[in-house]
Amino acid sequence: MFELLGIPPQALFGQLLLGLINGAFYAMLSLGLAVIFGLLNVINFTHGAQYMMGAFAAWMLLEWGGVPYWGSLILVPVIIGATGVAMEKLFLKRLYHLDHLYGLLLTFGLALILEGFFRKQFGSSGLPYPNPLPGGTRLDFMFLPNYRAWVVVASLVLCFGTWFMIERTKLGSYLRAATERPDLVQAFGINVPRMITLTYGFGVGLAALAGVLAAPIYNVNPVMGSNLIIIVFAVVVIGGMGSILGAIITGFALGIIEGLTKVFYPEASNTVIFIIMAIVLMVKPAGLFGTPK
Amino acid sequence: MSNAAITADQSAAKPGTRNRDLIIFAILLAIGLVAPALIYPVFLMKVLCFALFACAFNLLIGYVGLLSFGHAMFFGFAAYVSGYSVKAWGFSPELGILAGTACAALLGLVTGLLAIRRQGIYFAMVTLALSQMVFFYCVQAKFTGGEDGIQAIPRRALFGLIDVKSDIAFYYLVLAIFCFGFLVIWRAIHSPFGQVLKAIRENEPRAISLGYRVDQYKLLAFVLSATLAGLAGATKALVFQLASLTDVTWQMSGEVVLMTLVGGMGTVFGPIVGAAIIITMQNYLAGFGEWVLVIQGFIFVIVVLAFRKGIVGEIQDWWTRRVNKA
Repeated sequence: MFELLGIPPQALFGQLLLGLINGAFYAMLSLGLAVIFGLLNVINFTHGAQYMMGAFAAWMLLEWGGVPYWGSLILVPVIIGATGVAMEKLFLKRLYHLDHLYGLLLTFGLALILEGFFRKQFGSSGLPYPNPLPGGTRLDFMFLPNYRAWVVVASLVLCFGTWFMIERTKLGSYLRAATERPDLVQAFGINVPRMITLTYGFGVGLAALAGVLAAPIYNVNPVMGSNLIIIVFAVVVIGGMGSILGAIITGFALGIIEGLTKVFYPEASNTVIFIIMAIVLMVKPAGLFGTPK
Repeated sequence: MSNAAITADQSAAKPGTRNRDLIIFAILLAIGLVAPALIYPVFLMKVLCFALFACAFNLLIGYVGLLSFGHAMFFGFAAYVSGYSVKAWGFSPELGILAGTACAALLGLVTGLLAIRRQGIYFAMVTLALSQMVFFYCVQAKFTGGEDGIQAIPRRALFGLIDVKSDIAFYYLVLAIFCFGFLVIWRAIHSPFGQVLKAIRENEPRAISLGYRVDQYKLLAFVLSATLAGLAGATKALVFQLASLTDVTWQMSGEVVLMTLVGGMGTVFGPIVGAAIIITMQNYLAGFGEWVLVIQGFIFVIVVLAFRKGIVGEIQDWWTRRVNKA
């Protein structure tokens, strides 16, 4: 059947896998953005830079400290998450009473600082990170590299773990309550400012973890974050930020659509997500999973 | 979402400030007329182009409260169109600029129709994403020359008659274009149309309930802003005889935000001051490469945290306080 379309199955499934992997990163990043936006009302422009920092932290730990990949998977989100906590306490906290746009501008400035600093230190050509899971499985229709399979599984676990924590646990119910009515939750004796700080740290840690997962696939590169964050913004506009599950599904779906576009009409593969965004804006301005406010 | 005004612009409504604005404009114009005797004209032209770009951007953020994070698409795309039409089709400068500006207006209409469907932060994200789409289009399209851009754009005679090859002559053309753009914006924000825009900025639901077709006003403001940003870009392409990918990147969109923020959002002259400062800074720091990005980031952070009104906004505040005391 595939031969009829003039496309060998290897190419098709190869691109599908690539799309799935990209989608995994879209999902992880838009999930973090949605969690942060829910509680802080800040669109975290630094998210891409924090993803990039995650990848660099893993590289530094390996090169300079000899910490292997699996150690980085635990350490890096904690370290970068801690920088997020510091950032919230130092800067973001001062802007909550203002128009949301100032949060966007501040985090944009921080993203420029971080990206510029890493570009200055490491150049923009990219650094290789060794694959911790070399080899792969030969399936009937394609070759499945082990590491890529691991990324898909890990990101699915991560996304649904986050979803479960927010939608199905007591901690998550506090979080959702504070998203709706921070003043009431505070009145019930829950320390909302600390919750906000930790939520930001968590979102940042999630971005950093995505960065570690990305390091062996894409090169560790100072501009990897800014290229990705704009696409993730489009994903967020398409999905709407109201729903965690929506962010996950939209992320994966758009990755796969992008992969398919690479097979059937490669010229549009860079722009297909933006085109879908335009269509969604025309048909359902609030986003697929959003509710009109 | 809160409709709290991002800027405080109570001044524009008072009759006295109109004269003050005109006096300041006359002084600036006089400086502009003699400046090339003292300062390198190409640098001045760059400042003027970016000042117009920032003024156009300010029309949206300062008077409608819409933060566009994708204005580079109008600036850069108009630069390509004007550069290409002058180089490949032999257009004279005024026709090239007109073609670039018209394309920017059209692009503004299309993207505006999409972007005004969302507000606040989403508006910023939508414009950013759309401009990235235009960026990818420019990377792939044949006529833009890809990574090389369009180089060595000739400076033909204006209207086929007036020779503008020298930088001094071209400077006065750019100054005239800037004044035209600035006066269009000034007229727009002091018209009934501008008052409605401010009403939308302050309280959109109320503007709707008063019977204004808010979306049409927003769209018109967006198209006007895009058109003037395009005018700036189209002119810049002829100044540097170059149209390149730099002008369509998200970094360029960020730069114009920074210029306006530093000068003062929602002030008439803020964007001019901001553009002059940022361009001067870039000139001095050109040798430092990536540090420019870091320093720009620091300026963003400092301005947002410490003086959100910008330079001109702070001066206006100080002036009002002084007058009130007297």
